[in-house]
This record gives sequence, C-alpha cells and structure tokens, in this order.
Amino acid sequence: MKKDATLADLMDAPAGEVLPKAPTGITGLDQITTGGLPLGRVTLVAGGAGSGKTLLGLEFLVAGAREYGEPGVLMTFEESEEKVALNVRSLGFDLDELKRNGLLDVLSFQVDPAEIFAAGEFDFEPVFAILDDAIRRVGAKRVVLDTMEVLFGAFGDNSTVRAELSRLARWLEDRGVTSIVTGERGDHGLTRHAIEEYVTDCVIVLDHRVSEEISTRRLRVVKYRGSAHGTNEYPFLISANGFVVLPVTSIALDYEAPEDRISTGIDRLDHMLGGGLFRGSTLMVSGSAGTGKTSISAHLVHSACLRGERALLILFDESPDQFLRNMRSIGFDLRPQVEAGLLRIWAARASALGPETHLAMLARLIEDEPPSVAVLDGIAGLAAGALAPEALSVVARQLDLLRARGITTLVTVLSPGDETSTVSVSSMVDTWLLLRNVEANGERNRLLFVLKSRGTSHSNQVREFVLTGHGVDLVDVYVGAAGVLAGSARLAQQAAERNAEVRQDDDLSHRRRELRRNVIEREAHLVAVQDQLDAERAEIDRIDLRERHQAADTERDRSAMASRRWADAAPSNGGNSEPATNR
Amino acid sequence: MSQPPTADHGTGNDADTGRALNLCLYVTGQSPKSLRAIENLRRVCEEHLGDQCQIEVVDLLKDPRRAADDQILAVPMLVRKLPGPIRKIVGDLSNTDNLLVGLEIRESDTGQ
Repeated sequence: MKKDATLADLMDAPAGEVLPKAPTGITGLDQITTGGLPLGRVTLVAGGAGSGKTLLGLEFLVAGAREYGEPGVLMTFEESEEKVALNVRSLGFDLDELKRNGLLDVLSFQVDPAEIFAAGEFDFEPVFAILDDAIRRVGAKRVVLDTMEVLFGAFGDNSTVRAELSRLARWLEDRGVTSIVTGERGDHGLTRHAIEEYVTDCVIVLDHRVSEEISTRRLRVVKYRGSAHGTNEYPFLISANGFVVLPVTSIALDYEAPEDRISTGIDRLDHMLGGGLFRGSTLMVSGSAGTGKTSISAHLVHSACLRGERALLILFDESPDQFLRNMRSIGFDLRPQVEAGLLRIWAARASALGPETHLAMLARLIEDEPPSVAVLDGIAGLAAGALAPEALSVVARQLDLLRARGITTLVTVLSPGDETSTVSVSSMVDTWLLLRNVEANGERNRLLFVLKSRGTSHSNQVREFVLTGHGVDLVDVYVGAAGVLAGSARLAQQAAERNAEVRQDDDLSHRRRELRRNVIEREAHLVAVQDQLDAERAEIDRIDLRERHQAADTERDRSAMASRRWADAAPSNGGNSEPATNR
Repeated sequence: MSQPPTADHGTGNDADTGRALNLCLYVTGQSPKSLRAIENLRRVCEEHLGDQCQIEVVDLLKDPRRAADDQILAVPMLVRKLPGPIRKIVGDLSNTDNLLVGLEIRESDTGQ
C-alpha cells in the first residue's frame, strides 16, 4: 500500500528536497502525486461537466477536516449550500456537523449575468474579504473555489476578471492555504478561459469518456511543478464512498516473492505443480466454455477458507447465488464460508461497468478487507465488454494490484480454445493451466495441461480432469497410437486391457489344465500299458508253465499206457514216438 | 420593462416620478474605485434621479459577512433593490450611460 516512494525513486529528484504536500485523502491520487497537492499552493482541477471536479474538491476539504486537522473553506459559484450538504453527505459526512465543529465553511454565490450591468472599473475585493474572514474564522488551511469560470462573462470585462483571479491565486498562496480552483474544460487549452496560465503549480485534468457505450473516468496530472508525478491517465471511479483513483502500485516490479506454497485444494494438481502454488503468485486457468475453470476456483477459495484465510471471489459472468448453486452440485457448499465472512463474493457484469471501473472496484474491495486468495472468474467477459487492448491493460493492472499486495490470484480466462488467444495475458502470470475439451467418440472430455509454472518444476503430463460429486479429480490419461484417450474411451481402454488380461489368464489356466489332463491321461495310459505288459508276461509264463505240465503229463500218461499194454520195457525210445505223432 | 420609450435626456426621468428608488452601494473601504463610485453615484442622483432615491452605502471590509449574504462578489456594486426586479451595476459608475440603462432610467441606445 505504501508504494509512494517508487515513483520518486525513478525520478532524479533529490531526496532531501521534497516539496511539502497536502494529502487529498484520495489514496490513488496521493500516490500519483507522491503525497498530495502542493502545500500552500494553488492546484487547478479542470474537467468537463459532471467529471467530478466538485467532488474531488469536497473530498479534499472533508479529508483535511476529518483526517489531517486542516479545516477548509469552500467557495462555490455553482451550487447552493443545500446541494453541497447533499454532496458531503454522499461522502458519508455531515456538513452541518463539520460546520458546527468549525472545520468547514461554505460560501455559496449565485452569479446571474443577466442581472449585472457593467459601468466602470471594478475588482473582486469582496471575494478576498469574505475568504479572509472565513479563513480566519475556521483557521482554514485548505480552500476550494468551485468553478471560478462563471465569473467570466458576468462582469463584462474579462481582462479584469483574469487579473483579479490571478491576484486571488497569489493572495491564497501568500496566505499559505492549499487551494483547489476548478475550471471548465475548454476546446483550446485546458480550460475555457485559460485559468491554467496563472494557476501554475499543479494542474489535474479529469476526463469522462464514453467508449463502446461504457463510460470511463480518467484523471491525469498534467503538471506538477517541483515534484515527480505519474503522467499517465489513471482511471477513477465515483463510488458510493466517493472518489477512488486507481492506485499505481506496480510501476516497478518490486514485490516480494515468498517461498511458501499454498494448496490449490486439488491434491494431484498440487503434486503436478511441485507442491502447490507459491503464495502471492498468479495462476491462470484458460479454456473454452464448460471446461471446469470455475470449479478450480471453488477448490482454491474453499481450501483457503478451510485454512482460515480470507478469500475474495469476483465473478464476471455469474451471480453469487448461481455460483453457489453450481458449486454445490460438485460437492462444495461454500455458503458457511460466506456467512462466516471468510469468503466474499462480488459479481458484476463486465459489460455494465467498463474495465477501468472494474479495476477501481477491485482496488476498493482489496483495500476494504485484504484477502489472502483472490479469484477473478471469467476475465474474457471483461475483454468482451470493451476494446481488447484496453481490457488487456486493465487485466494486467488488476493482476499487478493483487500481486503487489501478496495476494495469491487465480484468473480464469475464457478462450476459444487455442493457446495464442490468451498468450498476451500469459506473460503476466506465473502458472498457466490449460483446460481443453477433447471431442472423440461422440463425447467431450476435459484434459488439463500445465503450460507453464515459473520457478518450480512441474509435471509435463496431461491429466484428465473429471468433475465428480466431490469436486475435481485428476486422472491419468492413456496415451496410445490413437492419441490421448479420455473419458469413456479411457474407460473402454481400461476395460479392454482388463479383459485381455483376464482372457490371457483364462487361456493359460486352460492350457495348464489341458496339459495336466494330458499328463494324467498319459500316466493312466502308461499304467494301463504296463498292466497289459505285465498281464502278457504273466500269460507267457503261464503258457510256458502249462506247456511244461502238459509235457510231463503226456510222458506220464504214455508210460502209464505202455505199462498197461504190457509193452517191452522200452527197448528203444525211437519206437515210442510214432504212436504219439499219429494221434 | 414597463418603461415608455422616451429616449430624451431631462424629460425621461419624469417616468419615475412617484416611484421610490432604493439603492445600495457596496464598496470596500476608501479605495480609489470606492470613492469614485460614491462620487459618481452622488452626481448621477443629483442630475437624473431627483430626490426620491434612497441610497445605502455598505463597506464590506467592515462587514464581510454582508457580502456573502447579499451575494456581492465585485465592487463597487450598486444594487437596485426597489423597484424590482433586482438590478446590479458593477464598476465605479464612471460610465453614466450604462448606469442609467442599468437602472432602467433610460433605454439602451446600443442594445448593450
């Protein structure tokens, strides 16, 4: 927040010789002017009708009265005191109270050129007298003269008016009061009546432009004698709480880079990123519609809230209720966190406000309650709402704003699908996740890639991104000859592989069984053959035996027969054989 | 506005007969312009307005709040309070013609 020094450092202004300043109480403006308006000098605030000149002056006075102990005097030529009171109330302060406490005096004049006739020389001595009186009474250190320009033309002789205003400016400086003089923007030069020629110390121009039907207010410090100042046009916003100029926090890239990491809320994603996101870093998730960018947001804010840290969620294309409902469908009930004040959801259609107004809004939100994690969901909506380069610079500044405050940021970007469309933003982020829809086999599946992650080793693997009833799941994908497989193709592949395994198992056991059966068969066969062999051997033996028995029997029979026939007692055996062969 | 279109000197002021003229001259102290204005007004009164006119001279240096209350930004400032509507003539009143036109004593010759 206190980056005031960065600008001064850039300039060659000697450090010791700093011009004393009167802070305006408008944070961004004080940063641009490195401290405020030149103390004791006159500042011209020029701008067209409705550009916020009067409000700037009022804030300067109210801040002086309330915060810096510097009472003020407002001299207005345009508005009645009632109207001024109304404006002060819109800043949240009570004019009557300020007046009662002697902190502010309002002098209101109506100038009607129609009722004034010029008849000779004149001067503005009463203005001096009134101011002198009022400054004395409240002890004013600040004076605002709201549109002195109405004095031109009203008195006929403009050269006298010019001389008198010049004298008034010097007089205010002599009094040592810090003053703002407002002037109407002119066609040639800064103001219609060239007030800038004699109010020479500091000139601020307010601009109110409408581009593509979106109004943007801008502020520029045209001149600041003796002081460094930002010369760009800075967007500003007139909000319910007054003037908000977008702070210039990151003119230099000087923010810290913490080493500790925080979880994205998705374990496997943390793992892919080498242990989580660096605190204060910026993560971009890009992808086309419906790739699940917002669910990553939900994870991040949810995990932050679980750690007891504050989270800010800015929705560019959803209402908070819609978001809460959608996230419930994937298992996140963020309502308790919202009720506990940890999660703040802010939604606004990008196209309704204009990118720079968004920027100012963001600045305000961050300043109110600094979160540790912020999510900008749906940045492309922002880009669509305005001219692209303008939106881009706004996104860059938003990211810088968050980074400078050490807020871990997630930006989700709707991109038509290709990586180049978001490439200009990518240089501003530390980590870039790409979600891509892959269409195959009649279905769309989400794939997650880590395209870059500064300062950390990270996975080069593609993961399938699956939304479940309990949030995001990252699943390994199959990479094969047909490319990356995801979704049901992955499931089919998984099933097929499982099948193949089962089938192979079956085949083997089948074969084993078969072989075993064969072995058993063969063994049985072997046994049978052996049996047969044995049986046949036994048969042979039996036959032999029987044969021997028969021969013996026959011999016995023959001798028995011979003895019966009373034959010779076998004089020769040759005679015995004949009868046997005759049988 | 209700003035008859008599543009002649001398006779023109007859139109105001019977109507009180209530004037207030705001000055700041004894500045040369203030003194000139007072002198010029006195002269014009004598020459053109007769004695029906009441003149109040206010010194804003003595009473600056009066300037805010009466909405006086420049001096010398002559305000015609009556008859209405309010007319304001700024300057040291050295331009008598403009003064008379401003007070509607005389019609404008040049259309201002």
